[in-house]
Amino acid sequence: MFKARSIQSSLSMKDKILSIDYVLVFSIFILGLISILAMYSTDGGELKYHTKSHILRFFVFFSMFLILSFIQIRFWHSQSYLIYILFFILLLGVKYFGLTSSGSKRWLDLYFMNLQPSELMKIGLILFLAKYYHRTSIENLNRVRYLFLPVVVLIAPLILVATQPDLGTALLIAAGGLTVAWLAGVRVKFFALSGLAFMALLPIAISFLKPYQKSRILTFLNPERDPLGAGYQIIQSKIAIGSGGLFGKGFLQGSQSYLDYLPEKHTDFIFTLFSEEFGFFGSLFILFLYAIIVWRIVQIGNVTRSNFGKLYCYSFATAFFIYVVVNMMMVLGLLPIVGSPLPIMSYGGSSMLAIMFGLGIAMSCKVYKDTPVN
Amino acid sequence: MLSPSSGNTVIKSKLIGRRMFLLTAAKAVIMVGIIGRLVSLQINERTKYKTLSDKNRFREWKLAPERGVIRDFFDKEIASNQQVYQVHLIPENSKDIEKLFVRLKTILNITEKKLFYLRRVIAKQKPWEPIIVSDNITWSEFSRLNLFLHELEGVKPIVSVARMYPDNSSAHILGYVSQVSAKDLQTKKYLKDLHVPGMSIGKTGLERKLDEEIIGKIGFQRYEVNAYGKRIKQILINEGQAGKSFKTTLDFEVQKFTSELIKDKAAAVCVMDVYNGDIVSLVSSPTFKPNEFVHGLDKTYWNSLIKNEMRPLTNKAIAGLYPPGSTIKTLVALSALENGVIKPLDTFKCSGKIELYGEKFHCWEKEGHGIVNLRKGIQRSCDVYFYEIARKLGVDRLSETAKKFGLGKKVLNGFVEERSGVVPNTKWKKKFIGQNWYLGETLHSGIGQGYFQSTPLQLCLMTAQIANGGFEIKPRIIFNKKNNSLREYIKYKNENPNDPLPTDLLVSNFELKPLFKNQENINLIKDAMFSSSNEPGGTSYRHRWENKKFTFAGKTGSSQIKRFTEAQREAEVKQESLPYKDRDHALFVAYAPYNDPKYAISVLVEHGGSGGKAAAPIAKKVIKKVLERHELRERIDSLLGEQV
Repeated sequence: MFKARSIQSSLSMKDKILSIDYVLVFSIFILGLISILAMYSTDGGELKYHTKSHILRFFVFFSMFLILSFIQIRFWHSQSYLIYILFFILLLGVKYFGLTSSGSKRWLDLYFMNLQPSELMKIGLILFLAKYYHRTSIENLNRVRYLFLPVVVLIAPLILVATQPDLGTALLIAAGGLTVAWLAGVRVKFFALSGLAFMALLPIAISFLKPYQKSRILTFLNPERDPLGAGYQIIQSKIAIGSGGLFGKGFLQGSQSYLDYLPEKHTDFIFTLFSEEFGFFGSLFILFLYAIIVWRIVQIGNVTRSNFGKLYCYSFATAFFIYVVVNMMMVLGLLPIVGSPLPIMSYGGSSMLAIMFGLGIAMSCKVYKDTPVN
Repeated sequence: MLSPSSGNTVIKSKLIGRRMFLLTAAKAVIMVGIIGRLVSLQINERTKYKTLSDKNRFREWKLAPERGVIRDFFDKEIASNQQVYQVHLIPENSKDIEKLFVRLKTILNITEKKLFYLRRVIAKQKPWEPIIVSDNITWSEFSRLNLFLHELEGVKPIVSVARMYPDNSSAHILGYVSQVSAKDLQTKKYLKDLHVPGMSIGKTGLERKLDEEIIGKIGFQRYEVNAYGKRIKQILINEGQAGKSFKTTLDFEVQKFTSELIKDKAAAVCVMDVYNGDIVSLVSSPTFKPNEFVHGLDKTYWNSLIKNEMRPLTNKAIAGLYPPGSTIKTLVALSALENGVIKPLDTFKCSGKIELYGEKFHCWEKEGHGIVNLRKGIQRSCDVYFYEIARKLGVDRLSETAKKFGLGKKVLNGFVEERSGVVPNTKWKKKFIGQNWYLGETLHSGIGQGYFQSTPLQLCLMTAQIANGGFEIKPRIIFNKKNNSLREYIKYKNENPNDPLPTDLLVSNFELKPLFKNQENINLIKDAMFSSSNEPGGTSYRHRWENKKFTFAGKTGSSQIKRFTEAQREAEVKQESLPYKDRDHALFVAYAPYNDPKYAISVLVEHGGSGGKAAAPIAKKVIKKVLERHELRERIDSLLGEQV
């Protein structure tokens, strides 16, 4: 133990910089550049507000990601609960001081940016549970008493976010939390039981859904139900992607987005825009970049020694993967429109901040891979 | 490293690794699913989505084509197109519509009612769709508008093209154009692919007859539009094709002259070339202003038109039905000669009236005409003479001749307003009235009263066919170079009745049909008409031309509105003293010049009294005008003939 610690503490700055996963950094950087091009296209081929602020955010948060990489993994471990609590307080703050936009209260006004704490909570919950299950022994893992705390820390932010209302983000937060629990070894039967309970509660939950949320689900099941209303987004997105064909319509030539047929093209439908302009091969390239990012994070989990690191990296990689595929399946018409941004690509400061924050912690697992956490 | 906790840690790591493996497998499956979806959308169905995307992108706006023009025989435009100045407004570009309206009212002549209508249109339309504030403003309004344009945001001054009629003389035969109505869309098939909002179509007359060809082919503008339907940029423009232009046989100068001549009367005049049927003039009076119909009719003007008892909207020359009166006597005499009922020198005694089964039939000359033969019968228009020969002839043989000469059927093609009139006979009466024919009615038919109904154009055609020696011609109003040799053919035939035809004339005119059994009979009638106009005692002797160049041969007529009572007859009540509505219609038909007939004319004056007094003076002036222009017409004709 002492030896290990001495090895770690003796790491020179050069060693640290060399141990960074450059494939991961490079992939993220490329994706960032692509996202800037896509944003430029949404602005109609002019350097306007969205593009400028996206460039600024990407470079600020990308730098933050690199800096966070050199923070000791022990620090993240020791401060996990605190970070979760901080994010939770921010979520509570939204409830009382939040900004309301198009019917939902999701943002805190921080003067220099509008922060969406629910995005941060995606990482906060993973961090909390990674530490919790790191400290829970195998024997206690499946005791009901030890399940109590995870359920509470999962459900509490979920309720806050779902009532904003932001069902999509709530589900994505839950997905991250459940991934940690699953990886830690919580028995399948608990998942099955909670799944059953969820099914039983579903009718009640549906009665709490807002009309627009219900219509989104119905529309997903049959988009042509109301082609000018709720089904419009899915239909137009499929038209845009399909009309892109093999090679796409060309940069800045996406008629669907240029002529405003594409809704939310900066945020949730950024992949649609890219896919329309760069076609099947462009889409495959984006998928490829995301696959590399996920693979590299999993790889970090494989080499890091601590279970905290493994749990965090595996869970974050899986959650990241889920964010990506949920967004893509949504714009491809395979899932209802739930409002989830595409990591790194989509316009949105909080999402970018949360992802870069999560990546920073993962990279710190790489840099301090041999450091024990307690 | 050997501590229990460290062993625990290793077991835990292995558990985590195992479960991660499962998750990774699941991820791979999902990835494959997404790629599969991309393949299906972007490769398998890309054509379908490309079409859908283009459908989103492009929208087409139709462009109204320019209407073809209508020219007269001398290539003067009688229905032309004119630049019009319009005011369009794009509501989106104006910050305050109400303020704008107030400002516009000071510049243009806009009524409150119009503004009310505009507000309703604005509320219905998309804000970027232009609305037409006014589709025809004057030049001075237009220039004032341009002067103040900087303070009229959203207003666009537009120069467009619309139908324009240089004057009102030909309003009836040309007809008018007006906005397409819902009913037009239902009834006119050709409008289905042709309709452009705001387009005008022909409603009556030639404009209507020629509508299908004169409209032209519509063009379109293809625009790229955004999701809200706003035009982003023009992709393609197809100007369409201007409509076909038409040349008519009308002489605009004669039209104007005639129209001016009869402007105060309810009257109609037709002039026709006796050889080829070209209608040189066709005027109905009072006339209306066809230009008023082009840009939406003013209600007070419309009311003044439909309330006018002289019926200015009716084309009296082809849609007015009048008993032919004594003008029919030419045909009665001809029919009697042709059927061998009388000989030209057979005489009857006219003592002012005859009695038949207790009913009295009066001659217009109360004192009687004495001994009357055919020539004198026509010259003096002796009713008793025609009672006698009609009785001998019978109505069925008379109707046969009348029909041959063009009465009782439509003589033009494609004029919806034209009416066919009535040539009565025993069968007709049985069928339409359900009663048997009385002999007394034959007597009335013999002087063109009773059931007889004809249009002035039919009477003109009848006269033309007598004048040309008894050959059938088809009246036409659209100029056609082809059948012009008909003229030479008929002349040749008249001059050399027994000669075989020159081949080249025969080839082009083999369908020509003589309407007589013996052409001598036609000549007898023509001669009698000459005496009626040019010998003392003739009914129109007072209005003859001495000048040989203009000498015409005619026949007067008056169609009774109300039969005189015996008391009125005794009191010798004059037509002029009757209320306007009760006076007879005055008729006159003639051909000129007598020695070499070129034109036939018919004149009708509603409630004008006797044909000799009211109609013949008009005919006299028109005939001079037409003959004066004949050489000019001939010259053009031969020029065109050479072109063929």
